[in-house]
Amino acid sequence: MAMIDDNSKNQIKTIFEQLKEQVNVVLIVKKEECETCSDTQTFVTEMTDLHEKLVLEVLDESDDKAKELGVTMYPAIVLLDKDNKDYGIKFYGIPAGHEINSFIMGLIEVSGAGEVLPDDVIARIEKINKPIDIKVFITLSCPHCPGAVAKAHKLAFMNKNVNAQMIEANTFNEISTKYNVSGVPKIVINEDTELLGDQPLDAFLNSIEGL
Amino acid sequence: MAIDFSLNIGATKSKRVESDKLYDTLIIGGGPAGLNAALYAKRKGLQVGILTQKVGGQVLDTKIVENYLGYSKITGEELMKEFEDHVKEYDVPITDEIQVKKIECKEYKEIHTANNKIYKAKTIIIATGSLPRMLDIPGEKEFYGKGVSYCAICDGSLYQDGIVMVVGGGNAAIGSAIDLSRIAKKVMIVHRSKFRADQILMDRLSELENVEIYLGTVINEIKGQSRMTHVITFDKDSGKEKSIDVEGIFIEIGHIPRTECLQGLIELDDKGEIIIDANGETSEPGIFAAGDVANVKYKQIIIAAAEGAKAALSATEYINKGKH
Repeated sequence: MAMIDDNSKNQIKTIFEQLKEQVNVVLIVKKEECETCSDTQTFVTEMTDLHEKLVLEVLDESDDKAKELGVTMYPAIVLLDKDNKDYGIKFYGIPAGHEINSFIMGLIEVSGAGEVLPDDVIARIEKINKPIDIKVFITLSCPHCPGAVAKAHKLAFMNKNVNAQMIEANTFNEISTKYNVSGVPKIVINEDTELLGDQPLDAFLNSIEGL
Repeated sequence: MAIDFSLNIGATKSKRVESDKLYDTLIIGGGPAGLNAALYAKRKGLQVGILTQKVGGQVLDTKIVENYLGYSKITGEELMKEFEDHVKEYDVPITDEIQVKKIECKEYKEIHTANNKIYKAKTIIIATGSLPRMLDIPGEKEFYGKGVSYCAICDGSLYQDGIVMVVGGGNAAIGSAIDLSRIAKKVMIVHRSKFRADQILMDRLSELENVEIYLGTVINEIKGQSRMTHVITFDKDSGKEKSIDVEGIFIEIGHIPRTECLQGLIELDDKGEIIIDANGETSEPGIFAAGDVANVKYKQIIIAAAEGAKAALSATEYINKGKH
């Protein structure tokens, strides 16, 4: 049975008309001890089937390419552009529920059709000159989470020093406990700076600039 | 594993509000009041734009809405998507991530934002809504995001088989308790007085076996280490304090109006809500208010939306009379 119903598929197809260039979607799965891998594969397959500019590649964790992408948990989705350039945009866990929105926004972003930010904001993002790692912990039932994920991914897309990951807190219980996640979206920047809630881009940038 | 989707991206991007243009009316806020005000103003032929932090407002935090006429059951997010799509059909520019710093009344009204932009309009409709009210007790701020939550649908699933507490006695609190009862092992509801939720919700609540109710009880303190572990309650009848172990506490005790950008420009009542007349106009001519930020007693989606329409029609009349 299809995971995404026809009505949603039609809506998503209309949104995908915004896609500019090809996006190479890489799904990395693990054969054992991965409860959500097969569901995620069905989901990503159905999503990428909705537009010809979306090309899916499924890798096993043992694959060299998977290792090169620096993936540490499974399932993981990495979005690469048409030239296979890696912007450091990752989704750990299935981006279903509310998170389908950040997944779609990520695809549009990497295709080159993301929202253009005001000049002053672009300048601030371009100035980031040290390695920044952003983890955004989410739950699938959280309406505020996709906004936070999309902003983190946008920063990663715009500046090569920034890597950003969505982490589904219920799937990755261990790391969520480690980061003491009991409210979402929880944004962790470079391990020690924490933000809670769907913060404006300005708050992300203030935190990054303060590091 | 159950999989569902809550798609809320529109097919088209909306235009942005321009900072060098003079609008007939600018609406601050993108909840039901703001969106409906935009719809009505635009249909009247006004040049209108919406400046908001986020489209959707606090309805997004409501899992299921069952009392908006025409929708017997819809998620808060879906309802807001319907509202937004409806407004977008009219090509209303919307700029989100806006934080309004202050409003000035000069030749025209000026809206100054945190990123140093100035937007100009002949009239303004304030529909900034409200923020969750805090208990204002020791430990609440400290453990925010460490067990203290104001969004049950966001954080509920992190308490699988856990023991949680809901504070409050209105529809939002009871609705959250019902949702949480399906996730957590035990849900305790603590409320200082009597319940005031709709009977239909109370009936559903009474069928649940893993819910305990403490009425006439207040929370004095939230305690823990790296995250909260227990609360200290006070029973008003017995006058006794008690320590109760809980992993998470969901605070649903109402909202406070968001008027921080007004800085004395407009008269507020003792609750901090904007005083409006029967037509939605504030003490400042040409500035209107609608929805939860205004002193309309009942905070309901349909009332906020209707108040938004009223404010837009009043703004239209104001402009047509050439008062600006």
